[in-house]
Amino acid sequence: MLVPVTFEGAEMMLPEGANLAAALLAAGVGAFRTTPVSGAARGPYCMMGACFECLIEISGATRQACMMQVQAGLVIAKPKGRANGAG
Amino acid sequence: MEQVDLGVIGAGPAGMAAATIAATAGLSVVVLDEQPAMGGQIYRAVASGGAARTDILGKDYLEGAGLAQDLQASTARHLTEAVVWDIAPQEGGVAITYSHKGIPARIEAKRLLLATGALERPVPLPGWTLPGVMTAGAGQILLKASGMVAPRAVLAGSGPLLYLLAVQMARAGSPPLALIETQSLRDQLAAAPRLAGGIRGWRILIKGLGLLAELRRHGIRRITGARDLEVIGTGRAEGLRFSAQGRAQEIACDTVLLHQGVVPNTQASRALGLAHDWHAGQRAFVPRTDGWGESSHPGIFIAGDGAGIAGAKAAAVAGQLAGLQIACQLGALDRAARDAKAQPARKTLDAERSIRPFLEAAYPVAAQILCPADKTLVCRCEEVTAGDVRHWAGLGCKGPNQTKAFGRVGMGPCQGRYCGLTVTEILSHSHNLPHSQIGAYRIRMPLKPVTLGELSTVNAPEDAEEGHPK
Amino acid sequence: MQADYAIIGGGVVGLSLGWGLIRRGHKVIVIDGDDGSFRASRGNFGLVWVQSKGIGAPHYARWSQRSAGLWAEFAVELGAGSNTDLRLEQRGGYDFHLDEESLAAKVAQYDALRHELGGDYPFEVLGNNALRREEPEVGPKVAGAILHHQDGHVNPLKLLRALAADFVGLGGQILSAEHVEDVTKPDGFRLICRSGHVVEAGKVVLSAGLGAMALGPKLGFKAPVRPQRGQVLITEKLPKMMNRPSGIIRQVDEGGIQIGDSKEEVGLDDSTTLHTTAAIAARAVAVMPGLAQAQLVRSWGALRVMSPDGLPIYQKSTTMPGAALVTCHSGITLAAAHARLLPAWLEGAENAPDLEKFGEQRFS
Repeated sequence: MLVPVTFEGAEMMLPEGANLAAALLAAGVGAFRTTPVSGAARGPYCMMGACFECLIEISGATRQACMMQVQAGLVIAKPKGRANGAG
Repeated sequence: MEQVDLGVIGAGPAGMAAATIAATAGLSVVVLDEQPAMGGQIYRAVASGGAARTDILGKDYLEGAGLAQDLQASTARHLTEAVVWDIAPQEGGVAITYSHKGIPARIEAKRLLLATGALERPVPLPGWTLPGVMTAGAGQILLKASGMVAPRAVLAGSGPLLYLLAVQMARAGSPPLALIETQSLRDQLAAAPRLAGGIRGWRILIKGLGLLAELRRHGIRRITGARDLEVIGTGRAEGLRFSAQGRAQEIACDTVLLHQGVVPNTQASRALGLAHDWHAGQRAFVPRTDGWGESSHPGIFIAGDGAGIAGAKAAAVAGQLAGLQIACQLGALDRAARDAKAQPARKTLDAERSIRPFLEAAYPVAAQILCPADKTLVCRCEEVTAGDVRHWAGLGCKGPNQTKAFGRVGMGPCQGRYCGLTVTEILSHSHNLPHSQIGAYRIRMPLKPVTLGELSTVNAPEDAEEGHPK
Repeated sequence: MQADYAIIGGGVVGLSLGWGLIRRGHKVIVIDGDDGSFRASRGNFGLVWVQSKGIGAPHYARWSQRSAGLWAEFAVELGAGSNTDLRLEQRGGYDFHLDEESLAAKVAQYDALRHELGGDYPFEVLGNNALRREEPEVGPKVAGAILHHQDGHVNPLKLLRALAADFVGLGGQILSAEHVEDVTKPDGFRLICRSGHVVEAGKVVLSAGLGAMALGPKLGFKAPVRPQRGQVLITEKLPKMMNRPSGIIRQVDEGGIQIGDSKEEVGLDDSTTLHTTAAIAARAVAVMPGLAQAQLVRSWGALRVMSPDGLPIYQKSTTMPGAALVTCHSGITLAAAHARLLPAWLEGAENAPDLEKFGEQRFS
């Protein structure tokens, strides 16, 4: 069943219970975040919880998208860690 | 606090087999695993959705289903989505701290088995951090867990996993655009004399040839001896550039799946301060274990690829051996029973290991990966280049903990998993010193990042103020 | 003779001295340990700190103030030489208190010290409301804080790297992965390393941290230092959430929140423990409740180099003239003084600082 989630404010329908990183990739989201060091775009790399590239922010906490499942109503944002020197 | 005879970390083939055999012998066993279902990465989702995709994934994958059924039928308890972040040796065993959906909990175990498997070897080449670049393992996980094929993909690197993945993608209806391999025909010829594995070795070889034939049937383009690989693109992967047969080439694509073999995941064994040795064939550090998988710390065992790469079948029997020895140490099995049950497992393990020297020689790690160009990022998290590491080597840094202090390489959230080996290789090369002398990162708890909120609640309220800062 | 000075110990203390000496035209070799050596220089907290130092010992308070005062110029010069921004900020720092009693007790100590220093001790006390105007992330459980205007912080790893880079750039030599086992002085000094390597130098500075315990007596020092473990946590990189550092929580320039510092007498054991890291986390969350959501990325333990009274030791050897012992647990705060003022003391120059009170005679 497809359920609604938002990614950076954009609503999308993802399959409930699916791996969140895989579902976002399938929905066409390539860059999950920008790095706090240089601001470069990053997306999933290992898909097994080891590389921490697929980090997203849910309810104020940074999480690994590849270690989560899709649930209705998830509000997903890019993590807010700053780029070096920006703050 | 819950107390068990055996705590197993990881529900892949080694963990499943060890837990089953130990529980069958009468031990209380708990298996902690980060994923929502057992199987590890090699048999990921085998007991849930994956088994329905056997026509794509192949019958080897189904072997995991048997291991999973055995574990489910045993008395061992399997905790899913349990992220272990602290392991502390203590009197009579270890204390394991983990979080389940953000709530921390602890278990005390008389014996510990680390069955944490392998990681993809880091593949530091230009552009490897672009979105759209993933490991070949990630490509397989997408297939197994989500039935998803990475779109418009080029597979690049070295190792038989690339053939299997290419065939699986083709069977799923989206073959990769090409297979760009870094090993050369010369590597493969040089490896041939190492085919000392007898009949079993040949069986694996024939399976490999079968995959190659299937690749040809699907019309998948293969280029070997590729060098100077580089992922190109702005903000995402748009193509793979490389040179082969003496000329520069480029393939446009949306996904690049990289592979240079897998290496033991030594994060937990390092954090526990266990002894490790450099394995020249695997070009990786391997924890030191005895014939049963017991590490340099009595009572802590390691089985499966985490103790040295030997594949899924080897992992399952190594798990059995560890489980038998643990049952014997705790008095649930006598030595005669242990040895009788161990005999077939040992035979399989020896046979599975015998093919490794051939594979290691036939699919060597590409030179550009072992010695990345100065501008190539080696630490993805802190965005540190190979040139930075070399510069600090010139300032006197002889080991990875010094370069870490000099420039944060290895300090990010992946905790050094995807730069550690590269830094050891670079320093070894820069100083012309053996890898064993260069050493590896000192890994500290937490094994995985954990929120301060979770950490703050693990002490009982009455002693939370002890060890009080200031 | 290979060098005018051989410095045993390539941490921040040894390199600060080495940098200062080489800038005065001396030929200097630094002998440094290996990858697994105990290194306070890669485990410290990064404070350039004045408050709380020298209670009952105003000469130490003055020495810390003097170094803090030299830091800005030192950072500019070292930064230019090494092409590094050390991220020095000296806009004051806090001492947070969760209860009124401990705050009042500390204020009384500072008042007394201010009197001893003739009034030069600029601090103010902020109640919870005033503190939260400065630091909105501070929570309601904090009774208040002492804001000391001479405090600040720096990136200590950038300092370590910059010192090494500029020292080497100026012609200094760092011998790494060496372990000095014995010292003789037939004429000049001969330092015999475990590898068989021998370093010859006119003068020797022992700034080997805890390594001074074994080597000190060979050079005629008591070197009564002991390890004291501190455990430190650091989070993922976060948006700016603190304007100034405190003695136990600060936001580093890369964005991570760094939290410490426990004090444990456990010998030469620099491991981390769940119990202590959990206690540190609990206190941090009590001070700044928003930190509960922050991901802890790393923890580490490191060993402070402590003298019996906690103050630095600066001592010239009487039995082996030409050898000096320099050791302290505040190598970051004192880096500027060590770089700028200690070379003259080592040379025996006229304008050298008077370090008599920091000598070893105080332990007899």
